[in-house]
Amino acid sequence: MTTEYQAPAEHELETIDLNINVGPQHPATHGVFRMILTVDGEVVVDVDPVIGYMHRGAEKLSENCDYRQAIGYQDRTDYLAQFNTELGYVLAVEKLAGLEVPERAEYIRVILSELNRISSHFMFTGAFGTDIGLFGTPFMYSFRERETIQDFFEEITGERMMYNYFRPGGVAWDVPEGFEERCRYVLAEARKGIEDIDGLMTENEVFVARCRGLSPVSPEDAINWGLSGPMLRACGVKHDLRRAEPYSIYDRFDFQIPTGTNGDVFDRYLVRLEEMRQSALIVEQALAQIPKDGPTMVEGMKRILRLPPGEIYMRTETPRGEYGIYLVSKGGDKPYRLKIRSPAFSNLSALKAMSAGNYVADAIIILGSIDIVLCEVDR
Amino acid sequence: MLGIIKSIGTTISAALRKPVTVQYPTEKKDLPHRSRGLPVLLWDGDIDEPFCTGCQVCARYCPVDCMTVTMKDNPNYAEGKSKRKKIVDRFYIDYARCMRCNICVEVCNFDAIVMNNTWSGIELSRYDRRDLVIDLDGLLADHKKGRLKDPFREPMGVAHSGWTPKERTAEEQEAAAAKEESGEE
Repeated sequence: MTTEYQAPAEHELETIDLNINVGPQHPATHGVFRMILTVDGEVVVDVDPVIGYMHRGAEKLSENCDYRQAIGYQDRTDYLAQFNTELGYVLAVEKLAGLEVPERAEYIRVILSELNRISSHFMFTGAFGTDIGLFGTPFMYSFRERETIQDFFEEITGERMMYNYFRPGGVAWDVPEGFEERCRYVLAEARKGIEDIDGLMTENEVFVARCRGLSPVSPEDAINWGLSGPMLRACGVKHDLRRAEPYSIYDRFDFQIPTGTNGDVFDRYLVRLEEMRQSALIVEQALAQIPKDGPTMVEGMKRILRLPPGEIYMRTETPRGEYGIYLVSKGGDKPYRLKIRSPAFSNLSALKAMSAGNYVADAIIILGSIDIVLCEVDR
Repeated sequence: MLGIIKSIGTTISAALRKPVTVQYPTEKKDLPHRSRGLPVLLWDGDIDEPFCTGCQVCARYCPVDCMTVTMKDNPNYAEGKSKRKKIVDRFYIDYARCMRCNICVEVCNFDAIVMNNTWSGIELSRYDRRDLVIDLDGLLADHKKGRLKDPFREPMGVAHSGWTPKERTAEEQEAAAAKEESGEE
């Protein structure tokens, strides 16, 4: 007598594709994002991303705010790299207004933006580790170092998340006493954290086995899909807006643009890790060059800034890629139109092509490697 | 295998470090001087009245419209005790709406509003959303009772262009406010 199950001989087994909903409320989707996966067994056949759960109409809201009030909405587009998004916006306004920003303010902005890039990438390494299954350790390590940076930001701006600190024409108020020593300490801590993450993950066989060779993207595809930021550089395209079109004072610093070779998930991780080191280098150089005192705001700044009619497209490099601000002014204190080109949205649109043909568990890793911020995707 | 050993080495070295967390409800972190809690009004202890004259400049610049302010004639001015002709009558801030952007503090002509940099500006959980609409007495309480000792205030732009609000008399401030109001409308 046998208890083994035997398929009836006269019927051939039928296989049908199955739809799986991942999200909108799922820890692996980094926010309210929904993926409808069509799977054949364990292999993903099709991905249908659903976005828009976080849509707040930030562009439209900004049109009803004057140029200072709208900075608060910039913080809320990319809530992991608030200084970088603020920088893009204030640079666009300044360029249209023709404001000459004081040196010291420029340096403060660059230092804070680069530290913010480090803290954003810490968030990536932590969350990415969780996606892969290394729950806890990399996440906690990343957050420990990120906390140091955030405490530093809190001392300067007073807020932990929504800083609202950069203004068209400079920064809202000067940095506190002992800024440079504090910054050096924070930088040393961050470097220790980068080495910790490096030691924990880069050579870890389990981690490498899950990441290496997963969803490689060719440079041609990357450019055609409109990828930017670390996603693009991981494919071997050496394009960084801080170098390609130096804005602010980035032409004064000496730093490398890390690139990957085959554009797989592991390369995206490595590029981000190296970018953190390069950001630390930029902060170090900026600290050496920063003027000891001086104004941090344009002299005689009006309470309400009125821009001349005109339009401008300002693109900057945020940790996620090319962040563009298209600003149309028809005179007056409010923009006529504000359009945000969000890098995570463009990167996310390549998700279908990248994850088709991989396993379901790998689809989660591929999504994690894009490093999306849903507030920025949906804005 | 070597990679895993290296990972474990990192873990062990991290385990020997001091913890960076604090046991929050029993043990509280020191807030930095610039900490931005929710906005509160300041109390002029010399004359026993608020600094706020109810000029509504903060309500007008608020990006999220969380403030409601009305103005009245100052009874202390009639008695000759105060230099403020007008004084705030009613002031409501909806803390549930406020996004703590600090703009009200920057635009205030009278140094009357600051961001609360103590824990009372942060620990504000309520059971009912309506309880977060704070009236004038509630807004003044922190400074009046001495809980708010050292508020941080540095107006943007104006301070950097050489305009120091502290040196101006009340009349000058009112004139500036009136000028601004007429220019705005």
